[in-house]
Amino acid sequence: MTYQWDFSPILARWPMLLDGLFNTVKIAVIAIILGVMVGLVLALLRLSPRRYLRLPSSVFVEFYRNTPPIVHFFWFFYALPVVLNISLDPLIAAVLALSTQSGAFYAEVFRGGIQSIERGQWEGAKALGMSHAQLMRRIILPQAATRMFAPFVERSFELVKTTALASTLAYGELLYRAMMVNSETFRPLEVYTTVALLYLVLLVSCSGLARLAEARLTAYR
Amino acid sequence: MQAETLSMPEPTRPAPILQVSGLHKWFGALHVLRGIDFSVEAGERIAIIGGSGSGKSTFLRCLNFMETPSSGRIALDGTPLGRTTAGKPDEVRYPESELCRVRERVGMVFQQFNLFPHMTVLENAMEGLVTVKRMKKGQARERALRELHKVGLGEKTDVYPGRLSGGQQQRVAIARALAMEPEILLFDEPTSSLDPELVGEVLRVIRQLAEEGRTMLLVTHELGFAYHFATKVIFLADGVFHEVGTPDEVLKHPGQERTRAFLDRFTEFSF
Amino acid sequence: MEYSFDAALVVETFPILMRGFLVTLELWLPSLAIGLAAGLLLALARLSGSRLLRGGSLAYIELFRDTPVLIQLIWFYYAFPIIIGVQLSPFTAALLGLALNTSAYGAEIFRGGIQSIARGQWEGAKALGMRHADVLRRIILPQVFKLMLPAFTNRAVEVAKMSSLASVLSVHELMYQGRLLSSTYYRPFEILTTVAVVYFVLIYPATFLSMTLERRMAGKG
Repeated sequence: MTYQWDFSPILARWPMLLDGLFNTVKIAVIAIILGVMVGLVLALLRLSPRRYLRLPSSVFVEFYRNTPPIVHFFWFFYALPVVLNISLDPLIAAVLALSTQSGAFYAEVFRGGIQSIERGQWEGAKALGMSHAQLMRRIILPQAATRMFAPFVERSFELVKTTALASTLAYGELLYRAMMVNSETFRPLEVYTTVALLYLVLLVSCSGLARLAEARLTAYR
Repeated sequence: MQAETLSMPEPTRPAPILQVSGLHKWFGALHVLRGIDFSVEAGERIAIIGGSGSGKSTFLRCLNFMETPSSGRIALDGTPLGRTTAGKPDEVRYPESELCRVRERVGMVFQQFNLFPHMTVLENAMEGLVTVKRMKKGQARERALRELHKVGLGEKTDVYPGRLSGGQQQRVAIARALAMEPEILLFDEPTSSLDPELVGEVLRVIRQLAEEGRTMLLVTHELGFAYHFATKVIFLADGVFHEVGTPDEVLKHPGQERTRAFLDRFTEFSF
Repeated sequence: MEYSFDAALVVETFPILMRGFLVTLELWLPSLAIGLAAGLLLALARLSGSRLLRGGSLAYIELFRDTPVLIQLIWFYYAFPIIIGVQLSPFTAALLGLALNTSAYGAEIFRGGIQSIARGQWEGAKALGMRHADVLRRIILPQVFKLMLPAFTNRAVEVAKMSSLASVLSVHELMYQGRLLSSTYYRPFEILTTVAVVYFVLIYPATFLSMTLERRMAGKG
């Protein structure tokens, strides 16, 4: 092992990587927000007493949970535009793929959280004369939120990692920028080790923040 | 403790608040309530006793629609609840808004307390007033404090329920129900999940409410308490009222063999 | 929508996709088996008395869990050969990346399982005079395997999905064939949708098994 590590060509191109990191965060934040909205709708449909609402949402969730994300990326970027006769920007295709996919997972997080609240809480609220909407807002969701927190964070971490797939659509996030740096420097070991560490730093610091937030959220216990 | 005589007011001006007719409840293939006719008059205190699985809790829970009756009607102040479609008198639909109004007037205290763990004691007692009755915060707070003082928890208003003993939690639950100023209070085995040494503090609060002349229904295993508390005792078995009468009639001189057998099991080990 | 679905093309290209499907299986099953076996060793290191072993395994696990798997595959294909001085085939690099990634997640499953076994089991076995290794082998691990079966099945699902990323390294598995075919015939909608369905058929049984196992265990209390 006589390989001479040399990070200087990569350091010289750090603005490129920084721009990639920014795009990674951007796409992740957009997809989390949209994914939460998709997930809420799917969860409400799945909890509905009406079968014709439950069934489509179950099919959607199961389909997304049981197919690889890269298929979704390619499907949104190449297949959907052909059918609709439009063209999609890589960013939009990636956001669509990420938010629908994570929406399916978020839906399960939300549903699990709501269903984990004991029957007594629903009854206690009903016995006071609360309507379904009132008891959801005041009693069930505040408690479910604390229980959903950990799985929600876990899912969001998966989403952040999945954003790397946007590189396959040539969207300029961190991995794609790394590939560009690599093609200019021919230093794959340094480049890919650096981006791996950048992801590590990003996710470890996010998980630190998540732990702080969780401690505040569950203060009443 | 139950030996002392209580001076409880006799029910005045008997007028049925709540009327039940032909009540049946099925859980799948299980026929839990098998045709119950019944009415509650203002000021009555009714103790419902019976073995486990006799349907006594289900019966109580039908009265505020925690369980939806399978058939039969319930009327509040003479007005039947729920709506029927023409031609199908057995199919009663209960719109949510109507159930909410009923539950505002018929309070319930549960075996498992069902306090809201993410709210303080005071917030628990204020919740119904603020969310359901749309009362102003200050006013709700005042009333909630009054009820918490009444159950002896005026000092614990800012703690979360998780920090309280079972007996204290149940007293908060009673205060929460009282704050709504219900016309009828339902108690579903309020002391069954308490450690024996905590039962007394809850029963004392219930007795105090009896002295105020409130209309109450109590499902209980505490037969001694039922004897001193109730104006009427109902023995429920196999989903029907097996015996109904004054505490003396049902608990001291039961007319039915089944009632006697039930009471014997309870008094087997008493001195 | 006037788009007409070319079903004949799906029939025509299906044998090629099936060839890819076989490669997917060749990636999936060995990396799962190797990964879980290595995961057990890692978990034991994680729980061992040696600080060095504990720290090393923790760093390894976090490194693999907090970076995107796509970067891991790329790293093993482009960067790792520079360190060892041997060029890896795309298949070997993908297999290596998937197996090591699985070992990190597998280690966490084993650790959770071992720690969830009540202390009484350890004490009961030790009271019989059993040695540590025997307690682990005869008493603890059999219980862990049963308890963790849903989690292992879940991992199998994730590995199957991850294996699609090998297409980025040009391993001729299902997704790669799908990408190739869809650009050859300019029919991405037909081909990619078929690929998604094939993945679903492969993965859903595992998801279903995992849910059934979970439910059965929950039933037993």
